[in-house]
Amino acid sequence: MSEIFGIPIQAFMGQLMLGLVNGSFYAMLSLGLAVIFGMLNIINFTHGALYMVGAFGAWLGLTYLELGYWQALLLSPICVGIFGIVIERSMLQWLYKLDHLYGLLLTFGLALVLEGLFTNIFGVSGQPYSIPDELSGAFNLGFMFLPKYRAWVIVASLVVCFVTWFVIEKTQLGAYLRAATENPKLTQAFGINVPLMVMLTYGFGAALAGFAGVLAAPAIQVSPLMGSNLIIVVFAVVVIGGMGSILGSILTGIGLGVIEGLTKVFYAEASSTVVFIIMAIVLMIRPAGLFGKEK
Amino acid sequence: MKQKLLVALTTMALAAFGTQAHAQAEKAKTGKLSGDMVKVAVMNDMVGLYADIGGPGSVEAAKMAVADFGGKILGKPIEVVFADHQNKPDIGASKAREWFDTQGVDMIVDVPTSSVAIAVAKVANEKKRVFMNTGAATKALTNEECNPYTVHYAYDTYALANGTGKAIVQTGGKTWFFLTADYAFGHALEGDTAAVVKASGGEVKGAVRHPLSASDFSSFLLQAQASKAQIIGLANAGGDTINAVKAANEFGLTKNQTLAGLLMFITDVHSLGLKTAQGMMLTDAWYWDANDETRKFGKRFFEKMKRMPSFDQAAVYSATLTYLKAVEASGTDDADAVMATLKKTKINDVFTKGGYIRVDGRMVHDMYLMQVKKPEDSKYPWDYFQLKKVIPAEEAFQPLSLSKCSLVKK
Amino acid sequence: MSRSTIGYLALLAFGLAAPFFIYPVLVMKVLCFSLFACAFNLLLGYTGLLSFGHAVFFGSAAYVAGHALKVWQLPTLLGLLAGTGAAAALGWVIGSLAIRRQGIYFAMITLALAQMVYFLFLQAPFTGGEDGLQGVPRGSLFGVLDLSDDMNLYYVVLAIFAAAFWLIQRTIHSPFGQILKAIRENEPRAVSLGYDVAKYKLLAFVLSAGLAGLAGATKTLVFKFATLTDAHWHTSGEVVLMTLVGGMGTVFGPLVGATVIVTLQNELADKVGSLVTVIMGSIFVICVLAFRRGIVGESLALYERMIGRR
Repeated sequence: MSEIFGIPIQAFMGQLMLGLVNGSFYAMLSLGLAVIFGMLNIINFTHGALYMVGAFGAWLGLTYLELGYWQALLLSPICVGIFGIVIERSMLQWLYKLDHLYGLLLTFGLALVLEGLFTNIFGVSGQPYSIPDELSGAFNLGFMFLPKYRAWVIVASLVVCFVTWFVIEKTQLGAYLRAATENPKLTQAFGINVPLMVMLTYGFGAALAGFAGVLAAPAIQVSPLMGSNLIIVVFAVVVIGGMGSILGSILTGIGLGVIEGLTKVFYAEASSTVVFIIMAIVLMIRPAGLFGKEK
Repeated sequence: MKQKLLVALTTMALAAFGTQAHAQAEKAKTGKLSGDMVKVAVMNDMVGLYADIGGPGSVEAAKMAVADFGGKILGKPIEVVFADHQNKPDIGASKAREWFDTQGVDMIVDVPTSSVAIAVAKVANEKKRVFMNTGAATKALTNEECNPYTVHYAYDTYALANGTGKAIVQTGGKTWFFLTADYAFGHALEGDTAAVVKASGGEVKGAVRHPLSASDFSSFLLQAQASKAQIIGLANAGGDTINAVKAANEFGLTKNQTLAGLLMFITDVHSLGLKTAQGMMLTDAWYWDANDETRKFGKRFFEKMKRMPSFDQAAVYSATLTYLKAVEASGTDDADAVMATLKKTKINDVFTKGGYIRVDGRMVHDMYLMQVKKPEDSKYPWDYFQLKKVIPAEEAFQPLSLSKCSLVKK
Repeated sequence: MSRSTIGYLALLAFGLAAPFFIYPVLVMKVLCFSLFACAFNLLLGYTGLLSFGHAVFFGSAAYVAGHALKVWQLPTLLGLLAGTGAAAALGWVIGSLAIRRQGIYFAMITLALAQMVYFLFLQAPFTGGEDGLQGVPRGSLFGVLDLSDDMNLYYVVLAIFAAAFWLIQRTIHSPFGQILKAIRENEPRAVSLGYDVAKYKLLAFVLSAGLAGLAGATKTLVFKFATLTDAHWHTSGEVVLMTLVGGMGTVFGPLVGATVIVTLQNELADKVGSLVTVIMGSIFVICVLAFRRGIVGESLALYERMIGRR
């Protein structure tokens, strides 16, 4: 009983759980990327940096304003969202008529600026952020040791992902959004303010990244480079899932996190490459991605 | 047209060789001090995970050494410059090359991060300039990678393994699992400690490698937990060690298993706090609270940097001072002459009494086995270590008979 | 003599004289990155493909060349060839996967595949992981010219650069180059004209990867080491920046861009530390927003406007 496929069950379940945690982050970030891409046709390279800014928001709030974790969980994403709106209004909106590649280049440059600034102020090695008292400690499940905070991350991100899916697929606002994505000119003609929706979409995507950042802060070190290493994996996740579907990007994110976690149990050396290998295979079999539609 | 081009090319080629010969003759003539000054360069991690160990504090230590030497050498000025190598071998090596080629740097000191240290040692050897390493741990600097211009001043992985590893096995920690930083230093420390563990009758259950400056240790620690080893040897340093210890607490590893920091600096203990770090054994090259002389140095340093010096920073001070004395004694900053003097010198200062530099570049001195105090035993700020044992110089370091250095005649 | 010939000759003369008044290692670095940017420009500027993982070809060639020179002890030129060949082969593999998608997807796929290879390099024993591959011997040219001397090496690097630059110019102006431009301008039309677009894209990708590899292998020779930095996505971003700053799709743009960026990094590294990244990022943003044609492109446009006014 204490073993599963010849692996101690404790290690198996532990890595599975960590995979779920990582998968939750992949899901939230790829969801944000998909929402932004759907509306703006831009691959938001700044997404990783916004995630990092969210985490630093929590840390700064705690260090200088004595804001606790729960306040940070609300305030930091709002600030990041506002920051996102500023970026959209001041820079991105001038690029919509150009080749989509310019959007990628601009957001890449912005990511460098943000990372450089935070590195310069806080150093690369990162700042500790302690787990809130309510969530410290762990459940001893007998076969494994489940830190409460990690469990909370999984639950919180699932809720956020579900709400986002619900709003976009099942509400009036979501219907406008989908219409604006499908045919902006026609939607505008119906009297819906499309530029406003674009702006809010980007702000929302940024806030989602900020929220993921705050969730990540107590689990890992708050460091300036935390986003850039993650974002490339998330790109691969997006390519695998295909950008078309909201639900698709959530499921792919969580699924790949789990696969990555399990790889650590069975063949740890491949754990950092497994997502990219899956991406290559998917590209060969289904170039549009698992949930994507060939345009 | 083609002919003209050919003529131009030939002229330029000739000019090239001419200038070079000229430059060489120039160097031979100027004699005493190249560039009419001595330039000491501190290279280390200024903002990253090793910044507390060396960083700006090492620059201050080098400046203190210059001040204590009198600020001038053979009537000429001494200058201290510094750079951040960001723990990247390519940045370190190109900076060292540029320093030697264009800035007239005579000696490089500190350079933590073993991979960078090895890269800089190669450049120093090629350019024939002195390199006094205090920050890096890998013993390769005085073995496979040794060269006539490199001195390894403060400590190495052999000394750490020999101190901490042996002490822990002797107190009953027989089964080990290693959490290793995945570069030259981690590999060397893991290898040396594993050898000591096996030689003392212990068993190594396995190891997991993590990237330098890792942010999330949880999955590595789960692997360590699954190994069921008594001791989890942390073959990493600085910020990595601190984060690993914290994550181990979160995942409840410390309930059944014991962590062993194989390289702990006083600054790491300071960051962790005594509550988390208490009871850990560590091997130290120097401690500020050892005697009146060290305390005096520690307080001087504290006034400038607001923290007590790590042994690396004390070693930077000592190495810079020793180098300047050797330049004065040699009457030149020519690296061959200075190295000859250095290898004949007995070092007596705040860092060591009777230390000396062996033929392989190893500076041999006493090491100390320390235990981190309990919070209630700590009487004043930075009162962290309890001396358990002095490891005499001859025992502390790898004997020459085992050396793989090509300079050692067998 | 035509105007462009005068331009080339002036450039050559400057190249020949440069090491006498500038630190030769720095000029060699500029040349290596110029070549890298030119190779990249062949793909972005003339074929319209944005590869965001080009450093992987630069880096893989650096490692293979380093390994060939240090462990196999091949002669210097063979070592360079081995590196270039390896990069071209890797380019074929990554290219044939990536050209299955277009535009933004192409960029993301190249980035992700490059990251995968980066992780392989991190773990493979022959690269030395985080330590890098150090102490690569420069050797000698045909056993005659000792390359451990910076000056000797400089002229070899200059010759390599000139040859590769010439090859790129020939490619751009060949019928093959014209087809690439046609694909850039309007891919469906190129398809309808009966061209096997996938084949041409792949060929351009392999050529660009190989030349980027030549740049990486030469860099190993100059600095005597190959490290993870060479293959990191930051380096991929840098080469995009160089091309963008200089002017994509122009002949001299990448050269100008590489010179500006390398010099800037070199000058600023000591003065502002990690703010270098901020400055690089800001240049990116400013270029995308205001100077999309880059230094060379904008200057040409200005020049033409002045001619037009007169």
